[in-house]
Amino acid sequence: MKICITSQGSDLNSEVDSRFGRCAYFIIIDAETMDFESIENPNIHATGGVGIRSAQFVSNKAVNTVITGNCGPNAFHTLKSANIDVITGAKGKVKNIVEQYKSGSLKTDPGPSVSPKFGL
Amino acid sequence: MIISVASGKGGTGKTTVATNLALSLDNVQFIDCDVEEPNAHIFLKPEIEKKLTVNIPIPKVDESKCNYCGKCADICAFNAIAVLGEKVLVFSELCHGCGGCSLLCPENAIAEAGNKIGIVEIGKADNILFVDGKLDIGEPMSPPLIREAKKYINTDKTVIIDVPPGTSCPVIEAVKGSDFCILVTEPTPFGLYDLELAVELIKKLEIPFGVVINQSDIGDEKVEQYCLNLNIPILMEIPFDKDIAFEYSRGIPIVVKKLEKKQNFKNLYHQIKELVK
Repeated sequence: MKICITSQGSDLNSEVDSRFGRCAYFIIIDAETMDFESIENPNIHATGGVGIRSAQFVSNKAVNTVITGNCGPNAFHTLKSANIDVITGAKGKVKNIVEQYKSGSLKTDPGPSVSPKFGL
Repeated sequence: MIISVASGKGGTGKTTVATNLALSLDNVQFIDCDVEEPNAHIFLKPEIEKKLTVNIPIPKVDESKCNYCGKCADICAFNAIAVLGEKVLVFSELCHGCGGCSLLCPENAIAEAGNKIGIVEIGKADNILFVDGKLDIGEPMSPPLIREAKKYINTDKTVIIDVPPGTSCPVIEAVKGSDFCILVTEPTPFGLYDLELAVELIKKLEIPFGVVINQSDIGDEKVEQYCLNLNIPILMEIPFDKDIAFEYSRGIPIVVKKLEKKQNFKNLYHQIKELVK
């Protein structure tokens, strides 16, 4: 089960980044083995459509679920089209989020949590 | 000759200067490129003869031809296309209509469908040929509409372009190709700050320019000082006048109420002609 957590730093002790499209790092992690890869977000400085571009990026990494602070409508639509579940409202250290995810205490979002351009 | 009337700050009197200049000269074409809030028609009162729909091309993907290579998403500077496995999403509100995706698609799977963004109106106000663009409410992109309005430029005329405020893409689209640009400002810190931005922009576009100071006798001296320091010609000063403001609020231009003021605007034009030589 591969998940993507938006992170302010590159390791599992980093805090979750509350923005999806313009997060600092994407941490792609296998929830069972805890093997992970952290990737600096190449889209931070793009001017527009960043949520879409980041969603496309994450979908190419074949993740099932994205866990982040907030997710706007374009990113949400793109992720859902790629059959990726979205969980927003995540706070705290990345490794704790993985634990919460495994325990089943995180709920999948039915729709975007914020309006467009929220993370600018 | 094409004269554009711009300003950094909004509400300094662009439309006032542009419409009064148009009414003071012979053989004029007026193009209102302030397509988000066109209001020159309030003062010039043209009879509109033609209304033309303006579309921008939005990609339409034929998924039976598409092999999901993702080139269209890669090329799009505005991230208006996403390719996800065997699915293509088009975000038409982000598309600038450049056509790059359809040009690059190796499978020829992208056609372009028209997406209406506004209209161009063409008419006449007495002897003035009149063109304006009206952007549809909610449409984020005005440059393609400005470009369309400017297609009707008639260079046999003295063309006066009313430019939107600011210093971003719509301003550049409206101003480029002009022989001269009038920058209208007011003698306030806001006016000066935005004038400085506008001057930087017009210098980059390498268009000769000069300044008109509106409500010149109220406020401070800093705009004048700035122009003197940078050798920017001050072409005209319009003192504050309650009569002008009153008539303006009723949609009546200065030179219609006070015929003698036409001479001031004619002088403005002659100065520009000298500067463009």
